[in-house]
Amino acid sequence: MSALVKSSIARKWIMALSGLFLVVFLTQHFVINITSVIAPDTFNEWSHFMGYNPLVQFLAQPILIGGLIVHFVMGIALEIKNNKARPVKYSKYSGNANSTWVSRNMIITGLVVLAFLGLHMYDFWVHEMTVKYIDVQPEDPTRYLHELKEKFVSPVRVGIYVVSFVLLAMHLWHGFNSSFQSMGAKAVNKGEGLKKATYAWSVLIPAGFIFIALYHHFTH
Amino acid sequence: MKLTLKIWRQAGPEAKGKMVTYPLDGVDGDMSFLEMMDILNEELVNKGEEPVEFDHDCREGICGSCNMMINGQPHGPQKLTTTCQLHMRKFNDGDTITIEPWRAAAFPVIKDLIVDRSSFDRIQQAGAYVSVNTSGNTQDANSIPIEKAKADEAFHSATCIGCGACVAACKNASAMLFTSAKVSQYALLPQGEIEATDRVQNMVRQMDIEGFGNCTNTGACMIECPKGIKLENIARMNSEYLKANI
Amino acid sequence: MSVLDSKVPKGPLAEKWVNHKNHINLVNPANKRNIDVIVVGTGLAGGSAAATLAELGYNVKTFCYNDSPRRAHSIAAQGGINAAKNYQGDGDSNFRLFYDTIKGGDYRSREANVHRLAEVSSNIIDQCVAQGVPFAREYGGLLDNRSFGGVLVSRTFYAAGQTGQQLLLGAYSALNRQINRGKVTPFNRHEMLDLVKVDGKARGIIARNLVTGEIERHGAHAVVIASGGYGNVFFLSTNAMGSNVMAAWRTHRRGAHFANPCYTQIHPTCIPVSGEHQSKLTLMSESLRNDGRIWVPKNLEDAKAIREGKLRGVDLKEEDRDYYLERRYPAFGNLVPRDVASRAAKERCDAGYGVNKTGNAVYLDFAASFLRYGKIEALTSGHKDASEAEMIALGKKVIEKKYGNLFDMYMNITDENPYEVPMKIFPAVHYTMGGLWVDYNLQTTVPGCFAAGEANFSDHGANRLGASALMQGLADGYFVLPYTIGDYLADEIRTGPISTETAEFDQAEKDTRARIEKLMNGAGVHSVDYYHKKLGLIMWNKCGMSRNETDLKSAMDEIAELRADFWKNVKVPGSADTKNQELEKAGRVADFLELGELFAKDALDRNESCGGHFREEYQTEEGEALRDDVNYAYVSAWEYNENPRDAKLHKENLVFENVELKTRSYK
Repeated sequence: MSALVKSSIARKWIMALSGLFLVVFLTQHFVINITSVIAPDTFNEWSHFMGYNPLVQFLAQPILIGGLIVHFVMGIALEIKNNKARPVKYSKYSGNANSTWVSRNMIITGLVVLAFLGLHMYDFWVHEMTVKYIDVQPEDPTRYLHELKEKFVSPVRVGIYVVSFVLLAMHLWHGFNSSFQSMGAKAVNKGEGLKKATYAWSVLIPAGFIFIALYHHFTH
Repeated sequence: MKLTLKIWRQAGPEAKGKMVTYPLDGVDGDMSFLEMMDILNEELVNKGEEPVEFDHDCREGICGSCNMMINGQPHGPQKLTTTCQLHMRKFNDGDTITIEPWRAAAFPVIKDLIVDRSSFDRIQQAGAYVSVNTSGNTQDANSIPIEKAKADEAFHSATCIGCGACVAACKNASAMLFTSAKVSQYALLPQGEIEATDRVQNMVRQMDIEGFGNCTNTGACMIECPKGIKLENIARMNSEYLKANI
Repeated sequence: MSVLDSKVPKGPLAEKWVNHKNHINLVNPANKRNIDVIVVGTGLAGGSAAATLAELGYNVKTFCYNDSPRRAHSIAAQGGINAAKNYQGDGDSNFRLFYDTIKGGDYRSREANVHRLAEVSSNIIDQCVAQGVPFAREYGGLLDNRSFGGVLVSRTFYAAGQTGQQLLLGAYSALNRQINRGKVTPFNRHEMLDLVKVDGKARGIIARNLVTGEIERHGAHAVVIASGGYGNVFFLSTNAMGSNVMAAWRTHRRGAHFANPCYTQIHPTCIPVSGEHQSKLTLMSESLRNDGRIWVPKNLEDAKAIREGKLRGVDLKEEDRDYYLERRYPAFGNLVPRDVASRAAKERCDAGYGVNKTGNAVYLDFAASFLRYGKIEALTSGHKDASEAEMIALGKKVIEKKYGNLFDMYMNITDENPYEVPMKIFPAVHYTMGGLWVDYNLQTTVPGCFAAGEANFSDHGANRLGASALMQGLADGYFVLPYTIGDYLADEIRTGPISTETAEFDQAEKDTRARIEKLMNGAGVHSVDYYHKKLGLIMWNKCGMSRNETDLKSAMDEIAELRADFWKNVKVPGSADTKNQELEKAGRVADFLELGELFAKDALDRNESCGGHFREEYQTEEGEALRDDVNYAYVSAWEYNENPRDAKLHKENLVFENVELKTRSYK
């Protein structure tokens, strides 16, 4: 088993599967967040459910964090391995002639997104944990929308938020479609339709998150 | 045509190399890139200097020997073309051309532009064959009909010339396109199915041992492949590998 | 002069091979494990022989100068491989394949060998398919065939335009399997520099590691030479840049006779030389002659104007064109055999009708085919009133489907669009029928030294038919040599391991080192290429498509002189202790400089015209080849002499019991 996990293709599979898992999570996250714009009560309701349902809290959340850690630890490990595969660099390398900048720089977009996640966790998750388990405040099913809006007051934070989602879009642009290639989908059919769908998703979802942030910033 | 060539010179596997600049005059558009190199070498030899060593043989674009990184692209700017089939009319008078060897840990430099690609041989030795002995009485060739579309696809995968441009182009120096082309050829044919499980596992293991990087699906390999080997081969290898391990 | 014994088994032609296999000595499996075999060259013949010998149980070492066995020049073969499978039900048989090959070779090959080749041809296809070679198939899933020049049936199996690569990769895969099992040890980037004989038997080789420059000794119970042909003696040829005669010539020096060196195939459809920088010539598949018409201008003034760039060939009126093949050979037209087509092109160019700036090119024109195919296409697609321009456009698409890759290659090399202007072509050296003389067992005149594929004097006589080279290489390697070698090795089971610490190996290594030192210490006046190009010009001008006594004699003198100058003045920079391409080339050219002289001598000795050997003195009134079956129905096998002009001739008389010798006519 350990030999299998070490193999380059098994690692591709792991990257692809953990990535797809995060895509699913991101979709779910977006669906909840967009309600903050169109149906604030639903937003509070769903947020409360997510925050206090034990299945979400003690099963889904650890899996998510695990998936996230697997994805970035493996990503960084592969980056190190890939760097070692070319110890002497070219003095001239015309990467743009044969591939997109995004596809070659997943580590950069990935690390920026990871840094953003740090901020995001500090903003929301640490806050949640403090409220629930350290300060042990009483349950308040209506606090979420207000807290959300508070976060988007600062133009700096919104700026960081926007930039991070642009980079996330770039990361997804290559990563989402690429995960199907890694899992062998292209061997079955050419996957052109699938490719377009992943591209659309990769732009729309992050754009949606940006819209939500800007909406709350300007409607505050 | 007058050119400035910047070429990687390295005396031996252990020696430290460097880029050296050579002016070259009298280059004609009808010359192939390697004929241009011949002229440079003739000049160097006449001056008593050591010529630039590079691999080449058939000069028809099929043997896969020639391998030059030209201005940052394997086999130069023209698509679907090996270095030997690249002609100087693709360049302009006064151009500066950078020429480097393939760069990969699994392709160590032997001298100047020559690299050691025996890692490719070892990947093939690990399983790129059908275990059938030679005898005068193998079953008749037509007793195994093969769907034309599949046969054509297997053929296309088999057109890989093993030059290593995929590795050279890949930002990770990954050999997945090369390995997958061979895995695919056999996976698509009934003759190869019987050993499919061991083949893909053994070949991938050898590929990893050789120190190639991992595939990150940039697609550079397919674009730079002089034979247009498709990315589908990598996808197929990925699924074959999963099948083999389940 | 002596008469050589080819050791052809007795009995009826069709039973010789089976009977022979039934009666030759075998080595039992346990003993095979104690026997070592060296195979030099890893193309179709060498690669397949090495793999099969290892499967049988012998310990094999392979040697090739390339970085991988897969790069041998067999890889460049385009068209296909013949086999008498009769899948098309068009009446093909072993005898027909045998007969076509004998006739195509202008009755200068050995009947028994050629019949054996035809017999095993079907097994080759079976074997390759079992290995996973992706041959072209029909929609029903069965193998497809195409037809080739000089025959009346469809028996050519193919894999698009790269049959050679696919077959070689098949042999390479079989070889890899044996390497993986530890039965074959590959020595890539190694070059054989000498054959070592002990007590008259081949017992090993001296090789140079091309990366480190080390001189190595390798012992074995038998040595197989499968190092290909020597077309590069002409400098410009369709051979790979590294193709050379060294292994065969070193063997020749050690006592193996060299047969029929003057039999060279000049292929009619190659891209013409464009300038002095040219390093090699590129073949355009023979199949193009199916749809292209070959012509030159009728008037000398037009030809001159075209050469000077004042006139375009495409603008020349129909009545001002000379379709000389159709004119001279109305029956076969543009599809005459290679040797005939080549000579006819040379004749026109020599007379001043050539159409490129060097004057050495003729047109291969597809305009008529565009229209012909376009018409059919227009009608079948219900486009009854198509204009001529529309039909031409449709026809171009048909041609593109058939030959698109060749047209692209042509465009890439010449920068001319063959869909708009006629192609220019000229003959080029392509294949050498001559080589090491071998008996029926493929053994040379040195016991224990065998030769296979293009390296032996082969089964093609004086001219090879298309798609037969791949067949012969694989026949020798898969199905003939692995068995016949047992006949010799059966006596070697008590020999024990071959030591390389003997006086003979000492001497051979000493000789090799001295030779390298001599090459490194030339006066440094001219580069190796300088000599190679000079040799090539002499060969092309005086020993090329047509030869005569005066030219051949002067060629011998000029080559001898050039050789002396080479050894005195050659310039090899760098050191012998590292990778040194100039040194590698120097060693090869040194051998070509000896072979060239023997080549001319052989051509001078053969006072007849046959196949690829055309002597101007021996032609009919219409300029066709005139064979002399009474005096020259023999194989010339030359015994080595330091001065090739003094080489001693041995003859193998060719006996034809199953075919009647006829004059080839294509009129």
